[in-house]
Amino acid sequence: MASTVQFDLVSPERRLASYPATEVQIPGAMGDLTAMEGHAATITSLRPGLLKVVGVEGVKSYVVTGGFAEISATGVSVLAEQAVPLDEMTPAQLDALVADASQAAALNADKDAADKAVSDLQAMRAQAGL
Amino acid sequence: MPSLKDLKNRIGSVKNTRKITKAMQMVAAAKLRRAQEAAEAARPFAERMTAVMSALASGVGTGEGAPKLLAGNGKDQVHLLVVMTSERGLCGGFNSSIVKLARLRANELAAAGKTVKILTVGKKGREQLKRDWASAFVGHVDLSEVKRVGYANAQGIAREVMAAFDAGDADVVTIFYNRFQSVISQIPTEQQVIPAKFEATGATALYDYEPSEEAILADLLPRGVATQIFTALLENGASEQGARMSAMDNATRNAGDMINKLTIQYNRSRQAAITKELIEIISGAEAL
Repeated sequence: MASTVQFDLVSPERRLASYPATEVQIPGAMGDLTAMEGHAATITSLRPGLLKVVGVEGVKSYVVTGGFAEISATGVSVLAEQAVPLDEMTPAQLDALVADASQAAALNADKDAADKAVSDLQAMRAQAGL
Repeated sequence: MPSLKDLKNRIGSVKNTRKITKAMQMVAAAKLRRAQEAAEAARPFAERMTAVMSALASGVGTGEGAPKLLAGNGKDQVHLLVVMTSERGLCGGFNSSIVKLARLRANELAAAGKTVKILTVGKKGREQLKRDWASAFVGHVDLSEVKRVGYANAQGIAREVMAAFDAGDADVVTIFYNRFQSVISQIPTEQQVIPAKFEATGATALYDYEPSEEAILADLLPRGVATQIFTALLENGASEQGARMSAMDNATRNAGDMINKLTIQYNRSRQAAITKELIEIISGAEAL
């Protein structure tokens, strides 16, 4: 059996997942990164994207909209502002997220960042095939 | 002396009241369980958020160039008090205790020459504060349509608060809520959210930061405000149900006592009436 890290996914409202995983692919703000056992301790902020967890029972994906991840040698905790398992995600929900982000982009003073959030969401939609 | 009919009516009405308070108590108990679960479920996020933020904050410090949400804008003239209360009454001293604390603080600040502004969440507190502090009201968040408080509600409040801070309409933001301790005890609490305050943590693990420490902190601070408000809302929700439950429990018990008393009174009067009738019959018979 491959060595594992303890994976935790928490949203502000509840703990969504907590199980051992062999690798976790994280959509970091500066680019994707994969955390495995023995990864250097890192804290990274997230961009909207797909979080992929390779566990003992196969691969699970989650849609996250932002937050941050805390990686240590033995565990990965993802604190996501919003997180939904990919198989529960509907195109309509994704539409709502994009609409929210675009609305925020229209209001936000930091136009670049907000626009990036929208394009990240759209990229994720393409990747997820919804 | 009320007539027998009056007493009977009275007993009936108290019995109805008891039914209502009993039902409210049970509803509150069910809601309390849910609220407690929600508060429980939100805890891991809030705890880790605070841990990471305090590690970051102690690293970055509050010197030059620190994010404003952490270091403040250098003034403490205008204080914004966010007073969180319930949308519904009949929950004992729940709302009054928050309002009392908020009023105390507001008076202190006003006496010290500061400007006080008040943002109310929940209409019960607004009603109570209206008398003394109506001129300080800057806004109101209505959660009466919200069935279940979500993170989005907290974000909405946080956005409003931070907009005020950014615009210079507030220098220090403090939230007031009831911390849930047990069904019979809720502790009115005030918590300063802007500038953020962290307890100094000792040794922290060394982390790589991506992007930089400052960027992550700047990204996290607004979320931290929302998380603190969310936690407060949840605690408040649990406290409200707890307070309502014990208030309704008392009311149910009082109604029971009252029914007992009234029933005794009713029986005595009935007995007296019967005795009186008997005496009349007997003395009538003797007179013959």
